[in-house]
Amino acid sequence: MAETKQVAVRVKRQAGPREAARWEEFSLKWRPSMNVIICLRDIAENPVTRDGKKTTPITYDSNCLEEICGSCAMLINGKARMACSALVDQLEQPIRIEPMSKFPLVRDLAVDRQFMFESLKRVKAWIPIDGTYNLGEGPRVSPEVQEKGYPLSNCITCGNCLEVCPQVNEHNQFVGAAIISQVRLFNMHPTGAMNKSERLAAIMGPGGIQECANAQNCVHACPKGIPLTESIAEVNRDAWKQALLGWLVG
Amino acid sequence: MRQPKIIVVGGGLAGLMATIRVAEAGIPVDLFSIVPVKRSHSVCAQGGINAAKNQKGEGDTIDKHFDDTIYGGDFLANQPLVKRMCQAAPGIIDLLDRMGVMFNRTPEGLLDYRRFGGTLYHRTAFAGATTGQQLLYALDEQVRRHEAEGKVKKFEGATFLSAVIDGGGMCRGICAMDLRTMEVKTFSADAVIFATGGNGAIFGRSTNSVVCTGSAQAALFQLGVDYANGEFIQVHPTAIPGEDKLRLMSESARGEGGRVWVPRNPAEKRAPRSIPEAERFYFLEEWYPKYGNLVPRDIATRAIHRIVYQEKLGIDGQPAVYLDVTHIPRETLDRKLEGILEIYEKFLGVDPRVEPMKVFPAMHYTMGGIWVNGEDQASNVPGIYAAGECEYQYHGANRLGANSLVSCIFGGGIAGPAAVKYAKNLEKGAESTPSAVFDAERKRQEEKNQKLMNQDGSENPITIWRELGDVMTEHVTVTRINKNLEMADGKIRALQERYKKINLSDRTKWSNQTLNFARELENMLVLARVITLGALARNESRGAHYKPDYPDRDDTAWLKTTRAKWVNNEIQLTYEPVDISLIKPRPRRYDAAK
Repeated sequence: MAETKQVAVRVKRQAGPREAARWEEFSLKWRPSMNVIICLRDIAENPVTRDGKKTTPITYDSNCLEEICGSCAMLINGKARMACSALVDQLEQPIRIEPMSKFPLVRDLAVDRQFMFESLKRVKAWIPIDGTYNLGEGPRVSPEVQEKGYPLSNCITCGNCLEVCPQVNEHNQFVGAAIISQVRLFNMHPTGAMNKSERLAAIMGPGGIQECANAQNCVHACPKGIPLTESIAEVNRDAWKQALLGWLVG
Repeated sequence: MRQPKIIVVGGGLAGLMATIRVAEAGIPVDLFSIVPVKRSHSVCAQGGINAAKNQKGEGDTIDKHFDDTIYGGDFLANQPLVKRMCQAAPGIIDLLDRMGVMFNRTPEGLLDYRRFGGTLYHRTAFAGATTGQQLLYALDEQVRRHEAEGKVKKFEGATFLSAVIDGGGMCRGICAMDLRTMEVKTFSADAVIFATGGNGAIFGRSTNSVVCTGSAQAALFQLGVDYANGEFIQVHPTAIPGEDKLRLMSESARGEGGRVWVPRNPAEKRAPRSIPEAERFYFLEEWYPKYGNLVPRDIATRAIHRIVYQEKLGIDGQPAVYLDVTHIPRETLDRKLEGILEIYEKFLGVDPRVEPMKVFPAMHYTMGGIWVNGEDQASNVPGIYAAGECEYQYHGANRLGANSLVSCIFGGGIAGPAAVKYAKNLEKGAESTPSAVFDAERKRQEEKNQKLMNQDGSENPITIWRELGDVMTEHVTVTRINKNLEMADGKIRALQERYKKINLSDRTKWSNQTLNFARELENMLVLARVITLGALARNESRGAHYKPDYPDRDDTAWLKTTRAKWVNNEIQLTYEPVDISLIKPRPRRYDAAK
C-alpha cells in the first residue's frame, strides 16, 4: 500500500511574552490545496508532535483566509507573508513557521500590531467630515486619482513591510512604509488635502519618514503589491517642501 | 444630568456605523470586537453597494430598488423598513463618498455603477472588487478619529460571552472575556447594540470569516432574545472550493459580463477554451433569458445544483461549473475585478483572465437573525439592539447582491441614535443596577470556563465542529427534505451530548484559543438547531428555502415570519404576520420580465 503523503512542519512555540521559545515538529497528512492555516487547524484537532508527544494547539491570528483582513501574517520559511495564501505545495519542507519578530509577542504565532493602528491615529489617516448627516455628494474625483488612490487604500495593515524593514528595530520607533503610504492616500483626496500639512508635520516627527533608509524591502514584502517606495518618495518630497517652506517663511 | 453609556459589540460595517452615530450624539461608546475592527468580516464583501441613483439614465428609481428587494426576497421582508432603506441608500453612498472611499469613477469624475443580480439596472457603486474592504476602512477611519478624540473606547481582542439582564428583564451591560488574559469581566451600559455578523461557521466551510460563528446571537437567544427566520440561509452560486474556506467569487464577475457554462457533453475532455461556443451550455442564459447570468443567488445556486446533480453535467463529473470572464478585455478586468481575480490566481495558481474559473455554490449569508422591531432595530429585550447581518429585517427569504452593505450601514445608522434615545429616556440607568447582578453573571461565565478547563473527556471541539458543518451543509442548505432535516436535528442533538464530554487540549490561562472556540461551539450547536427546526417546520419553498416535496410558495399558510423563542431551555417556534402593506405579493419568476 502506498504510504500517505506527509507534510513536515516546524513551529516556533512560546507560551507567553516572557517564556522561553522552543521548536516543535509535526507530521501532517497532505491534502490538495493545503495551506499553512490548514496545517495549524490540523494540529489543533490532533495536537501531537512528530515524535508522539502531546502538546497544545498553536495560538495564531486569522480571520478571512483570503488575504484581505491582514490577520495571519507570520514568518514562513523565513519570509514575512500571509499564512492563508502560503500553499504547502509551493513551500520547501520542513515548513518553518515563526511569529513576526518586530512586534511584541503574545503567544506562539500571535503578535500585537497595535503600534500600526496607533500610528494611523498619529498621522490622522482619515477624511475629517463634518458629520454623517446628509450633506450631498462628495467632491468629484478624476479616474486618474482613483486609479492611483485605490491601490493605496488596499493596505491590510498586516505589518509585513515593518517586519522586513531594517529601520524598524529596538532603537527607533519608525512607523513604517504602510503608514507613510496612507499619508499619501489621504493627502491625495480632494477633501483630505485640506489637512495635508498637518499629516506631513506628523510624519516628520520622531520615528517618521526621515528614518527610511531606502532598503526597499517593504515593496517586495507587500502582499497587496502596493507601490510603497513610490509613496515614500512622494511623501518625502512633500515633507521636504513643507519643511523648507516653513524654514524660508519662518 | 446622568451621562448615558452605550456598548457596541462587533466592529464590522454595522457596528462601526452605530458607533459613529452614538459618538456624534456626544455619548461615550465602548466598542467590543474579537479582532481589531479593521480586520472584521465586512472586508470580504466584494462587488458593491446598491442605491438607485439612476446615474446611467436608465430610469431607475427608489421604488424599483424597493420592488426588486422585496420581490428578490420572495415577499418575506417587512416592507416599510425596507422602503426606508432604499430611500436612504443614495444618501449613504454620498456619505461614503465624502468619507473618501475610492469608488470607481466615470470619465466625468462621477461614481460608476454596475449591474448586479436580481435587477435590470446599473445600481451598484463599487471600488474595484473589494468594496466591503474599502467601505469598512472608511468607517474604521472615522471611528479612529472619534477614538483619538476620546469619544470611543475600543476593546479589541475581547469576546462577548453574555448580556447582563437585571431582575426586571432589562439589559444593563455585557460580560466579555479578554482573549489574551482570559479574564472574564462585566461592563455596564444603558443600551447594547449587537452587530456580530453572520453564522457561516455553523456550516463548517463557507465564504464567511473565522469569527462568523453566530455565537453572540445564540448566547442572546438563550437569554430570551428572539431569533427570526433562522432557516433562511443564502448559498452563493459562485465560490472557489477549498479545504479551509470556500472563497467567494463575486457576482460582480457576472455583473461585468462573466458567463456561467458547462460543456454540453458530460464526457468532454478538451480544455475549456478549445470547446466551441455551440458545444457550451450557458444554462442560466438559456433558462432565464431576461436576467441571464444575473438571476438572484438562490435561483443561480439551484440551477447549478440541477446541472451537477440531476443533469450530471458538472465539469469532469465533479461538482463544478465554469465562470468565464476570458472574453472581457484585460484592461476592464484589472480595473473593475482585479481583487477577486487575484484571489483565484493566488489560491489556485491559474490566471482567470486566460482560463475560465471553476466554481461551486457555498454557504454565504445569514438572512435570518436577531428579531428586531420594524422601527428602530430594538430587540424584544429592553436595551438590546441589533444591526447588520446578525438581525433579520431587510432581506426576506433571499438577499439581493450588493444590498448587504447598504443594510448594514442603514441598520447601524438607525440603531445608534435609537439606543441613545432609549438610554436618555431611562428613568434609572445601569448605574442603579446592584453590583450583585453583574457579579452573578460574571460568576456564571467563570464557572462555565472552569468546568470546560477541568473536565476530562474524549471529544475534540474541532472534530465536533467539522461534523456539525458536514451535516448542516448536506441537509440544511440548498435542498431540504423533511426526513433529512429530522435526521440532521437528531445528529445535532447527539453532538450536543458529545459536547458534554469535550476535552480541551489546552488548559493554560493565556491566549487560549481552544477555550474560546469551545464556548463558541456550544452556541453554534444551539443556533444550528434553530436553523434546522425552522426549515423542518416551513413546508413550502420560498427564496433560498427550497423543499422539493413542497415546491411552491404558500402564502396562505407561510407568508409569515418565523420567530424562535427560548422557553424552558427549549426552542419554541412561533409565527407572526409579515407587513405587506406596500407591495402586494405576486408570483416570483425570473424567466420573464416581472
